[in-house]
Amino acid sequence: MDSCFITKSCSIFGKEVLVDGSSVYSVDHATGFGEFIKAVYKHFGIRFPKFYKMDSLSKLAFITSELLLNGIDIKHRFKPEEIGIVLVNSSSTLEIDERHYRTIEDKSNYFPSPALFVYTLPNIMVGEIAIRNKIMGENITFVAEKYDPELLVEYVNLLMANGKIKGCICGWVEYDRTGIRYESYMYLVEKKDFTNRNVKFEASFLEKQYRDMKVYNYGTINQ
Amino acid sequence: MGQLISKLKEEIIDVLNLEDVGPDEIEDKDPLFGDGLGLDSIDALELIVLLEKNYGIKIDDPKKGKDVFYSVQTMADFIERNRA
Repeated sequence: MDSCFITKSCSIFGKEVLVDGSSVYSVDHATGFGEFIKAVYKHFGIRFPKFYKMDSLSKLAFITSELLLNGIDIKHRFKPEEIGIVLVNSSSTLEIDERHYRTIEDKSNYFPSPALFVYTLPNIMVGEIAIRNKIMGENITFVAEKYDPELLVEYVNLLMANGKIKGCICGWVEYDRTGIRYESYMYLVEKKDFTNRNVKFEASFLEKQYRDMKVYNYGTINQ
Repeated sequence: MGQLISKLKEEIIDVLNLEDVGPDEIEDKDPLFGDGLGLDSIDALELIVLLEKNYGIKIDDPKKGKDVFYSVQTMADFIERNRA
């Protein structure tokens, strides 16, 4: 099987945004996720009013994808069905599940929120990215115990090999139930190396990058 | 009626997370959907919940929704007519 290539990456760990491994935005002051991600949205001049209605997981995935695709004309590079989206996380949508549950647990004050309910599936974050970029290729969200680059590489390579897609936005987007731990590591994978940097789409590389970012941001791999 | 309209605008901004919109930017008679605030079907459901939760008014006939939620003014008129 021919190797595919990582042509760009974007990650958000803690309060720092990195594109291709270089820091492009960070905040020092203590702030919650909501305030931080809104600051990123405004800093990069992103215009998409629906952003405000998204749950935290989708906001994290959406902003990461916006910065990943910034400056790349994917419509020129791929037909809508030639680019896929494959994401993995471990907490699924637990945070919004619990918020939704709180709107229905009291039978005497039973007002389920439609706006919360629609985000109680992890693949909604994929849908938000697909809608924004008019992507119609294969898409899926896996829920795994931990960051699992082997799963991603195997699945995406299979899609590439059978000709279903020629490019893929893929990676890890995790937002835990407390909202304290969140991280994303997304990359654009393509059959052709448009960058000529020869960064091969391999699990060992992705694992090392992830571990390095964890250690850099948290001082430990175990955070 | 003016007070109700102002309250409704703030409630709509709150429940629909319209962070870039201020109450003054919503005209009383402007359409909420389509060319107006650009609300979608999920927003319509949230407005139905808002009416029931905050004003105790249920919309039993879904066909009425289009007229009731046309604008803040039509919502206020509907509340006034149906408030217990």
